[in-house]
Amino acid sequence: MQPYLELDNLSVRLGSRLVLQNLRGTFSGRAIGLLGPNGAGKTTLLHTLLGFFEPSEGTARVFECDIRADLKRIRRQIGYMPESDAYIAGMTGIRFVRLMAELSGLPAAEAMERAHEVMFYVGLGEARYRKIGTYSQGMKQLVKLAQAIVHGPRLLFLDEPTNGLDPPARQRMIQLICDIRDAGDMRVILSSHLLRDVEECCEEVLILKAGRIAVYCNLEEERKANRKFLELETRGEAAGFLERASELGCEFAQNRGRKIKMVLPDHVEIRDLYLIAAEQQLQIRRLDYKRDSLQDIFLRAMESGHGGL
Amino acid sequence: MAVYKQNYKSYQGPLTPARWRFLILPRYSFRAVFDSRLFVMFFVICFIAPVGAALIIYFKHNINALRAVKVPLDRMAPINEWFFLGLFNIQNLFSFLLTALVGPGLISPDLANNALPLYLCRPFSRAEYVLGKLSVLVTLLSLITWIPGLALFGLQWSLEGNGWFSENLHIAGAIFLGSWIWILTISLLALALSAWVKWKPVAGALLFGVFFGAAAFGQAINNILYTQWGNLINLGMVMHTVSVWLFLGTSTNRSVPVWSAWLALAIACGFCVMLLARKIRACEVVR
Repeated sequence: MQPYLELDNLSVRLGSRLVLQNLRGTFSGRAIGLLGPNGAGKTTLLHTLLGFFEPSEGTARVFECDIRADLKRIRRQIGYMPESDAYIAGMTGIRFVRLMAELSGLPAAEAMERAHEVMFYVGLGEARYRKIGTYSQGMKQLVKLAQAIVHGPRLLFLDEPTNGLDPPARQRMIQLICDIRDAGDMRVILSSHLLRDVEECCEEVLILKAGRIAVYCNLEEERKANRKFLELETRGEAAGFLERASELGCEFAQNRGRKIKMVLPDHVEIRDLYLIAAEQQLQIRRLDYKRDSLQDIFLRAMESGHGGL
Repeated sequence: MAVYKQNYKSYQGPLTPARWRFLILPRYSFRAVFDSRLFVMFFVICFIAPVGAALIIYFKHNINALRAVKVPLDRMAPINEWFFLGLFNIQNLFSFLLTALVGPGLISPDLANNALPLYLCRPFSRAEYVLGKLSVLVTLLSLITWIPGLALFGLQWSLEGNGWFSENLHIAGAIFLGSWIWILTISLLALALSAWVKWKPVAGALLFGVFFGAAAFGQAINNILYTQWGNLINLGMVMHTVSVWLFLGTSTNRSVPVWSAWLALAIACGFCVMLLARKIRACEVVR
């Protein structure tokens, strides 16, 4: 896949504080989750790519346009949903989204048509003539999403899109983000401190720690890399089975029930386990690969020192 | 796309020219402004003086109509620099009140509701944002200052003839230039205050404070120090000095020199632009 975002030794200083330090990398994932603890620089990175902050060193390129030189071209291709409440007071939802479409360059008639479509798409069709000030928190998040996609951007920045949402509203928002991602027209960068949101929506994660890139990985590939870590559920006496497995070099841990966690050495295959189990007259009722959760990846990144690509 | 097909679809159509996109803001603002009945009533009142002036010019050139209303010709004011200067001062007062009504609501709600990132994440610059907001005030104030002023000048010219026009051409220049200076000064001031305090009622009150509070303070300086330089912080007085010079070619008695009045206006405008450049940002950096 063609990279659309390139960070070239990007550093950003705000006041006396170096918020982003020497970020490098090329990114091409359909949906990238931007993770990190508070103050890691997630929002600052998005704001720098939008041109709100000027890099103190280095640069970045979005769709091959340099953020130092081609800001207008970049902004034409980006939709941005900010983290905090952001709307124009006294406007109805439809009028607000229409204004945003017009400011992005859509002619008035097309802007009106798109605004209606997008309001229906995000689920605010019935509430589109109500003033935004009267919207609930969940509706305000949805109208922010509507204004971010109304002009048909190629890249969508979502900054904490599920902030303040109750579980059904959160699920609705996640579903919308997945729909947008799967439609294929738009790349998504989702900044969040909620690992579950990122896990559900993103294929790749970029973890920032203290303004540096700690990890950039493809979630699926990262999980595949841990295929030798198994969880088994058995019926019968497991002592003999575990003894034989131990002789083959397997490490294991058994909890009080019938569950066994096991790490296989390279030369041992799953088939070998079934053979031992048959030999020991033990039933293997369930066998799962214990995949790394995003939480594992995140915690590992936080424990390790500064990483890099 | 039909409403029942609720899928996301990207936009592939044509875009509007970027250079005129700032005019979208006044279009939306006018609708909000004219939704207010109070504003519409006030806006109509702003035209009373120009309509009155047009009637005076008309009666001045129509003896029969003047006889019908039983007003002797010699009691009618002459149509000269003083006539237009008087009208200019009246309209400036109305334009100040109109600015106090509209100006504070232009930027402060955007700042209070964190809307600036939404404007500025688009191909729309800070300068275009300010220009768009400024054009709301410039348009409204133009409609009640130099446009009726020049229309009256044209009416007088058409009734009086080309001789009057060539003798009084400087009046048209004074109306146009003086109005624009006044419009820019109070518009920038209103926008800067609106951006500074982020709260509409306070921004309105502050606009009055800047004019009347500063005038009182300037007068106090004058009285204590036996000088006229205190008038330099009285924007109304400064503008009066400039407009008298533009219309009559002289400076007023008991006032500051004309050059210092121009300088004071330039400094006031520069300060407002600086304040706007500082406040109109997508994100505020807490240092």
